[in-house]
Amino acid sequence: MSYYEPQDLKNFPKVGNFKPDLWEKFMAYYQAATGEEGALSKREKALIALAIAHSKQCPYCIDSYTTTCLEAGASPDQMTEAVHVAAAMDAGITLVHGVQMHNHLEGLGA
Amino acid sequence: MTALPTAAHDFAATLAARGVDLSRRTCRTLQVNLTKLCNQACLHCHVDSSPKRTEHLSREGVERCLELLRLNPMLEVLDLTGGAPELHADFRELVRGARALDRTVIVRHNLTVTLDPHPTSGASMEDLPEFFAEQRVQLVSSLPFYEQYFTDKQRGRGVFGKSLESMRRLNALGFGIQGSGLELILVYNPVGAFLPASQEALEADYRAKLRAAHGLEFTQLFTITNMPINRFAEDLRRRGTYESYIQKLVSAFNPVAASNVMCRDLISVDWRGQIYDCDFNQMLELEVEDAGTALTIFDLDLERLRELPIKTEAHCFGCTAGAGSSCGGTTETP
Repeated sequence: MSYYEPQDLKNFPKVGNFKPDLWEKFMAYYQAATGEEGALSKREKALIALAIAHSKQCPYCIDSYTTTCLEAGASPDQMTEAVHVAAAMDAGITLVHGVQMHNHLEGLGA
Repeated sequence: MTALPTAAHDFAATLAARGVDLSRRTCRTLQVNLTKLCNQACLHCHVDSSPKRTEHLSREGVERCLELLRLNPMLEVLDLTGGAPELHADFRELVRGARALDRTVIVRHNLTVTLDPHPTSGASMEDLPEFFAEQRVQLVSSLPFYEQYFTDKQRGRGVFGKSLESMRRLNALGFGIQGSGLELILVYNPVGAFLPASQEALEADYRAKLRAAHGLEFTQLFTITNMPINRFAEDLRRRGTYESYIQKLVSAFNPVAASNVMCRDLISVDWRGQIYDCDFNQMLELEVEDAGTALTIFDLDLERLRELPIKTEAHCFGCTAGAGSSCGGTTETP
């Protein structure tokens, strides 16, 4: 048994057992933002969500949005590119903090 | 034959609870599964077809199908499936006979059968496109994706390339070309345990990608949901995803799609001539029965048929999930 069990995802609504009003507001917002066609298509939204799932390393979201991407008509190439975008962003975000390192180096007169 | 989904998934009770009418309408389509013989052995195949299968409809059965068309003008469509129906010895005679009766003939054509030699006789099948054009049949052809990966994964290595070559030959004769009147309909079905994307969105993708990358045209795209029976069900069980797939289908029940399922105006005939409500019931051997006796094409009365109930089991959730699924694509918009 691991800390994250795939079957635990179906228990997500239990979070709404307390403060259900907040849960319902979250769900309405979540559905509107991710599950409906808008300025972005459902497929584009699913690919963004898949990329974030990897970046944030959420195992539930990775499983869920892999399926969602497929059911939105995405191809494995598109899904893999989305993960590369997340990985490249993560690398860039790490690397750009090198600016802070350099700022501090210069501040130290190094 | 594999076991059905569990009794906990009660399709009839779901229909009743949602007020969905599943009475028969006038039967418009005679769908005949001519043979289980196929040049391919696909992962998703609910018929378990392969080059090793030998079951096929007898000559008497073929003649009786033509007689049924002659006797029943309401049967507007002869829908030929298999296996690869083109591999049946009397396929061309049946097509010619039905077209002479002015019926629409649909051939569920797997594209590669044109390029492979006949699995048992070794005969070339390369004149099939010309025969299709001469008879002006409607072609419905599986192409699981507009890219190689998914198509070859589901239908076997090399199938994508051969399918494109076959489409090129069909396009050259006018199939799939706007204004020709010759229809080439492609069929998408998911490669695994997930539901199809929107038919409209996928059709746009297929059209753009096949045109840009390969210069190919088609008339329309149907999306079809994988049925959790036979070979596909075995694959789900091997992967431990059978139960979650059934639950996905049940959760996605759509009463609008359910009211337009194909079994309301179609009958399905197996290689022995027995009658079923659809090709899936056929594979599960759920025959149409009249007072406990299984009907065959040899004793079929379409007026009497209208009074007989449609048999349903849990696999029927496959036709009612999401936008619905049928041999004619989604059913949400009839």
